[in-house]
Amino acid sequence: MNKNDLIMTLLKGRTLIVLSLLVIFFSFAAESFFTAQSLLLVAKHVALYGILGIGMTYVLVTGGIDLSVGAVVGVAGMVSGYLINHGLTVMGYTIYFSVPTIVVIAIVIGVIIGAINGIVITKFAVAPFIATLGMMYMARGVANLISNGATFPNLVGKEALGNTGFEIFGRDIAGFPVAVIILIVIAVIAAIILRKTPFGWHILAIGGNERASKLSGVHVDKDKLLVYMFSGACSAVVGIIATSQLVASHPMTGNTWEMNAIAAAVLGGTSLMGGVGTIVGTVIGAFIIGVISDGMVMCGVSEFWQMIIKGLVIVLAVIVDQYQRDLQARMALQARNENK
Amino acid sequence: MSDNDEIYLHAEKIDKIYPGTKALDQVSFDIKRGKVNVLIGENGAGKSTLMRIIAGIEKQSAGKLYLQGREVSFNSTMDARAEGIAIIHQELCLFPNLTVFQNLFMASERTKGGILDDAEHRKLAKQVLARLKYPIDPDTRVGDLRVGQQQMIEIARNLLIPNLKILIMDEPTSSLSEQEVDVLFNIMRELTASGISIVYISHRLEELMRIGDFVTIFRDGKLVAEAAVKDIDVPWIVKQMVGEGKSYPTRKAMVDWNTREKVLEVKDLTLPKSGGGLLLNKVSFELHKGEILGIYGLLGAGRTEIFECIMGMRPEHTGQVIKNGQPLKIESVAGQIASGFAWLPEDRQRDGLVQAMDIDKNIALSEIGHFMTPLGLINDRKESAATDEMIKDVHIKVADKHLPILSLSGGNQQKVVFAKGALTQPEIMLLDEPSRGIDIGAKTEIFHLIYQYAERGVSLLVVSSELEEIIAIADRIIVLSNGVKTAEFTGDDITQDNLVKASYIGHQQADENAQTA
Repeated sequence: MNKNDLIMTLLKGRTLIVLSLLVIFFSFAAESFFTAQSLLLVAKHVALYGILGIGMTYVLVTGGIDLSVGAVVGVAGMVSGYLINHGLTVMGYTIYFSVPTIVVIAIVIGVIIGAINGIVITKFAVAPFIATLGMMYMARGVANLISNGATFPNLVGKEALGNTGFEIFGRDIAGFPVAVIILIVIAVIAAIILRKTPFGWHILAIGGNERASKLSGVHVDKDKLLVYMFSGACSAVVGIIATSQLVASHPMTGNTWEMNAIAAAVLGGTSLMGGVGTIVGTVIGAFIIGVISDGMVMCGVSEFWQMIIKGLVIVLAVIVDQYQRDLQARMALQARNENK
Repeated sequence: MSDNDEIYLHAEKIDKIYPGTKALDQVSFDIKRGKVNVLIGENGAGKSTLMRIIAGIEKQSAGKLYLQGREVSFNSTMDARAEGIAIIHQELCLFPNLTVFQNLFMASERTKGGILDDAEHRKLAKQVLARLKYPIDPDTRVGDLRVGQQQMIEIARNLLIPNLKILIMDEPTSSLSEQEVDVLFNIMRELTASGISIVYISHRLEELMRIGDFVTIFRDGKLVAEAAVKDIDVPWIVKQMVGEGKSYPTRKAMVDWNTREKVLEVKDLTLPKSGGGLLLNKVSFELHKGEILGIYGLLGAGRTEIFECIMGMRPEHTGQVIKNGQPLKIESVAGQIASGFAWLPEDRQRDGLVQAMDIDKNIALSEIGHFMTPLGLINDRKESAATDEMIKDVHIKVADKHLPILSLSGGNQQKVVFAKGALTQPEIMLLDEPSRGIDIGAKTEIFHLIYQYAERGVSLLVVSSELEEIIAIADRIIVLSNGVKTAEFTGDDITQDNLVKASYIGHQQADENAQTA
């Protein structure tokens, strides 16, 4: 029993333990790894996967999946780039928006794409995998159409047009990356909503037992719709940050990032079956992915080996997760028998 | 019934039609205020359907509901709940991934400025659990509780509904222990004393006599009798439930089965339940060559589980299965088919047929490995000849065997499932509700098929919920109740009254086992 308790504690803290071990390992393996400069660079990358992962966690918790997040990153980036460099031409007049307005427009577009996903899934009963796979292709197509596949370079805006300052999301404030600040803000809000509001309960309930949720009076369709809208918003935010970090927007930005988002959530203990997941876990999961990729780059490990190792880590994480669940069930059974 | 019994809810001529069946037929029913209104009937008699309509889960096809004389119409459970009508479901409607208090307050959360007030949740949860004499930590994950405890959570959840007027309980005691039932009954009395009306569905007749005020009996979607509990007794209830007999063809096999060789012996078959307790408790029986052995019992009595154990789907079972004197080592479904068993599952659509394949391929599915060319490819000619013969043998009426399986009627689909089993040349066939959902003509044909195979020396185990049917088919019948074999009948002892009585006993025994498990 005591042995089981110890194993359980280790299992519950495993993501943090793994992350610490990885940091220690790479600090020895790569000289330049454990420096403020490198760690901030890692954090910048992690912020992107982390924010996408938070939106993904909400979706996974309801028992769904959102494959369109990477493509929405591309659309949001291209919309921002287009509006800064070309403005919006309506009936011969070209309007240039200020940067805050552009940010709002990009996020609204992300939310609309999420809403379309949500409506297709709830009203037309299309499986989330298929609905968002379709949206992944469509959104990527739209991102390419905006520039005909070209890049919008040098997104600094013009003083005269009042649209300067877009690069701020890729910079640091007092030595701290803005992207990481945004990640922290979103993570805190998302964690509170998931754990501390009726909406959070409801989406956990939907993933746990959808039929029972409906019979309990949970507005299943509405809540699912909101979850996909939230995921769309998170993707748009990431699109803005990624574009800002590059000071340019490229239509293929965010390609395959949905896989990193899913991996971050799964590493953090979110179940693909729904009903189980935490925001803290996902953020730690994003750090694990970031540390592995950047750490290996710094060690000079080839890109191909990086892929193999990342894949292994993800599958191992799920195997351990499954083991934890079995152990938990066994311990509950044991505790029940001892109480008698 | 005295005149001062106030009718709280009145259902007027309710019809509920599902494709192919009429679940409720012109049912008028009253719920009396502050009383325990008991509903009884066989599985599928319409009790639960009527309750689902009153609770807003389903909508009636015709008829009206009146609440204190005012017509009401419910489109969802929320509409019904707004009128103070709550239902405790037969199957648990809980969230195993969430804690006890989260389950209790799902969709009726207490908040402070939009944030969940978990301190309040825990406090209220402790209060209601204390009322149920059930000191469970509100932070326990519901998935970690055993089934009886989960059922108490489901009950507690409904006690928290403000403004509760009608509480519908659909078999709430099916996995509770004696003590838990006592506590529940005390609470029911408290509730009725405060003017709340209770509708109580249960298969345990002794319980109904103890707690009920009024009893209503359903049979085949019709309300057949109503009475005050004080005026009646258990035999009266049994008589009303069974009704007048229908007639099915019977076979007159005047054989002394004990002189025939034993093909199958099952000894002390025991199957644990995942949440604690037992699904089967030391069930033993034997089957002779060419015999048709009926297994009768109510829903959840463990009938299907016997088949699942024998077919290798329940590796966790204990006990012995002996075929032709040899103890079997049951490893897989494929292995059991190879050792001479064939199984017709209860749910034809889900477990019996592959909808995307045609009639021919469905029949050949279990035996396809035996129609091979030396190169390991399917020998179409051999396969086709075998299925043709089978179609003739079981009289499947079909113009072209390459038509989709769903183009057949229910009865012919069932014959395809039968043919698939028969093609493996089994010695023992396990038939789970072989006549479910098919019309009377097709039923008769299925019965003749069963007799035909028994004549050829195949031994059959047949599960059925329909009394007349099982009495007609079987040479011998064993009765299960809550996983325990409660009786065995042969010859003239096979009567409806005997079967029904035996199917209701044994609960106490099973409860004690659930306690000690």
